[in-house]
Amino acid sequence: MAIRTEPFILNMGPQHPSTHGVFRLRATLDGEVVVDVEPVIGYLHRGIEKLAEGRTYTQNIPFTDRLDYLASMTNNLAYVLAVEKLAEIKIPERAEYLRVIMAEMMRIASHLMAVGFFLNDLGAMMTPVLYMWREREKLLDLFEMVCGQRLTYNYMRIGGVSHDIPEEFLPALKRFVAEMPGFIDEYDQLLAENEILLVRSKGVGVLPKDVAINSAASGPVLRASGVKWDIRRADPYSIYDRFDFDIPVGSAGDCYDRYWVRVQEMRQSVRILEQAIPQLPEGEICAEVPQLLRPSVGEVYGHIETPKGELGFYLVSDNSIAPYRFRIRPPTLINLTALKDMVIGWKVADLIITFGSIDVCLGEIDR
Amino acid sequence: MKFERYGIGIAKGMALTFKHLFRPPITVQYPEEKLVVSRRIRGNELVWYPDRCTGCATCAKSCPQGNIEIVTHVGEENNYVVDKFEVDTGRCMFCGLCVESCPYEALAMGLSYERAQYRRGQLVLSKEELQLSDVRQPSGYARPKIEATLPEQSLLVNWDREKGGQKLSLVPLSKKRGRGV
Amino acid sequence: MTLLEQFQLWLATMWPEWAAYVTPAIVGVVIVIAFALCMVMVFIYFERRLLGRFQIRLGPNRLGPEGIFQPIATAVKILLKEDIVPAKGDKVLHWLAPLVVFVPVLMIFAVVPFWEGAIFADLNVGIVYVVAISSVSAVGIYMAGWASNNKYALISAFRAVAQVVSYELPVVLSILGVVLMVGSLSLTQIVAAQTIPFILLQPLGFIIFFLGTVAEMNRSPFDLLEADSEIVAGFHTEYSGMKFAMFYLGEYCHALAYSCIITILFLSGWRGPLLPPFLWFLIKVVAVFFVIVWIRATLPRLRVDQLMSFAWKCLLPMAVINLFVVAAEVLWLPESLPWVMVVVNFAFAGALIMLWSKLFTLGGGRVEV
Repeated sequence: MAIRTEPFILNMGPQHPSTHGVFRLRATLDGEVVVDVEPVIGYLHRGIEKLAEGRTYTQNIPFTDRLDYLASMTNNLAYVLAVEKLAEIKIPERAEYLRVIMAEMMRIASHLMAVGFFLNDLGAMMTPVLYMWREREKLLDLFEMVCGQRLTYNYMRIGGVSHDIPEEFLPALKRFVAEMPGFIDEYDQLLAENEILLVRSKGVGVLPKDVAINSAASGPVLRASGVKWDIRRADPYSIYDRFDFDIPVGSAGDCYDRYWVRVQEMRQSVRILEQAIPQLPEGEICAEVPQLLRPSVGEVYGHIETPKGELGFYLVSDNSIAPYRFRIRPPTLINLTALKDMVIGWKVADLIITFGSIDVCLGEIDR
Repeated sequence: MKFERYGIGIAKGMALTFKHLFRPPITVQYPEEKLVVSRRIRGNELVWYPDRCTGCATCAKSCPQGNIEIVTHVGEENNYVVDKFEVDTGRCMFCGLCVESCPYEALAMGLSYERAQYRRGQLVLSKEELQLSDVRQPSGYARPKIEATLPEQSLLVNWDREKGGQKLSLVPLSKKRGRGV
Repeated sequence: MTLLEQFQLWLATMWPEWAAYVTPAIVGVVIVIAFALCMVMVFIYFERRLLGRFQIRLGPNRLGPEGIFQPIATAVKILLKEDIVPAKGDKVLHWLAPLVVFVPVLMIFAVVPFWEGAIFADLNVGIVYVVAISSVSAVGIYMAGWASNNKYALISAFRAVAQVVSYELPVVLSILGVVLMVGSLSLTQIVAAQTIPFILLQPLGFIIFFLGTVAEMNRSPFDLLEADSEIVAGFHTEYSGMKFAMFYLGEYCHALAYSCIITILFLSGWRGPLLPPFLWFLIKVVAVFFVIVWIRATLPRLRVDQLMSFAWKCLLPMAVINLFVVAAEVLWLPESLPWVMVVVNFAFAGALIMLWSKLFTLGGGRVEV
């Protein structure tokens, strides 16, 4: 005769050591097994989409920094590409290369943070975090050299970038790019064959391929499930078609594959940087754009591949200095809708690491 | 669990951690040791030059939040005389759009990042407090002439471990360490 | 004849009988508790600095030269905090739980020999006493989890009971291997019999005992009772002030006690060539603790069902087989060739580990809901 048990609701509230931000999760547990999950969001809502309707296109760029505050360059890039698509502005070559360099550096920094904190959720006591943050510090120093800030850059402008790189930037970046594969090998030595990591994350939190496609997931979450879809290849923007890089694709769609895809993407980003730095041409860094830009009436959807997924901006213009509608497609919110499928039937510990492997950033979810 | 490699993975990880025991720590002991910040740092302050400002209010128009308040009156030589130039640095996000848009280079970002106050009212800075002084120096953000005069930034990627690092023995606080600064 | 008994005999010549009986007991208790608490402070400081060095950062180094007053500052801070009792919790159990967790661990030090004759109570069932006492703290953890009226604490409490109970068995069986070789349960006899340290004679027993005690201490990689990232702080979520200090000290006292037991059982206690015995004892205890902190710094933690599988399906059979092998050796191998035993045991340990890596599979995973 089976013992009758009663499920209870555990509230992993907005303040929790590992929910990556102010995120509330009401989990119904039966013993240790997760029966149901109900996310509650909105604790970081700032009304960016409405605020942006009252500001000019250039003034909106600092707002896009604060969406996914851990990867600000790519947010800026997505918005600026959308506006340039709307207003049909041509960008100088040097600006294109600078944008690609900044975006790939940002991708490495964001993945370092994501992998580090995935391991922190697993319980590895901040050691991998600190090793990976040492590299991230080097990248943040380089960003500070270029645009003056370490986290919210406000670097891209409509028509190009805002500042040219100083002369000590390229030698430092070359040194970083030369050392980085060695450090990624060190992380592999620490983690890739670690039996405890393997047994905790292989086969856990599986997202099947059809569920991933149907729930519009994107980014490493989608690629780990076996779908080879990267916007840099599928719908190339900027000058990505000139570079030679692979797209790592997982097979099982579990937490280990998501971690593995991110580490491989770091290697590919280093590869892109190695190709882009020698090809950097001279020239202008920003096209001639009026200070108060008035695009013609129309609408546009511009999207790029950020470290977290596909970030898209849907802009509607009515020939005034401010956008009529400023809609953001947040990648992590849409990836998060698949959480329930991934997690039901697993235990509390798996809930936490599955959530960590999706790599959310609450600034994007709540806007 | 499956010890697929007989526990070798765990042993390799532990060997790496042990190797790190002999690497010098990269901690910078603030406030005794400070890093040299970037020449283009958008620090937590603004510097205003009254002799160059014409009261055109381009900076106020380009601020995304409307932090700058300018009140002028028409002067004798048919110019604007600035009566009030207030910046609410509590609301400011230091994006630098005002500095970039000033046509007369009358506004610059500051070098310091330690501008915390005890009261929120003290963060609203009037035109006297915003001027250049010993404690309020300009940074080179969008100001190439100022940028050329500032020292080079200290970078972790250029840090030489042998020169600035810590050996395994206990090193007291006064000895130099961290980033070779 | 322990030192305290000699002291008692000497006092009996001067003082009345009852005073000569009571005074050495009090002196012994004071010394042992002072040792335990001082070493716990040293361990707290040592662990934090060492974790910092593993993570390429400095540990705490502000208070006092190189931060040696940090544990004192921690203690003062904890004492000054308000003692919060949850409103709907069980008040008596809430008050009693830290005592039940902390006191048994202190009692382990009563039978630890620090050097020849310096032992508080030379029980001839020393190691059984240690095993029995150390399992009482599991009850305390469950009381703490239940009395907090908090679901996080409850989850951690029922994980605690499962974990501690299941890791007792491999620990006891590997102790039995040592006892078989020595022929006596008394800790002084065990140290006296180790001309070759038992870590060489029984490598598999050492590994099983080490992993088992790391699990008993609730330390990484088995620290899911206080898994910071999952269940906030586990069974001591709702504790603050002196009661939390008891849990905190109790955890480090556990680490110290088990390090001492490992040193005595496997690393030949206070024996060593040149230095005074007490110093050898301390060096070995600190070395064992170093390895424990090293493991904590590197490895992520296990999930609860994987932990239980590891205990029951992996450690327990290996411990039983180890016991049989040691019994066979003690019976049939001649006494005068201990190095034969070393070689045989190492080969045997290697073979068993390889065999178990192939055979041991983990069940569990997704449960159909």
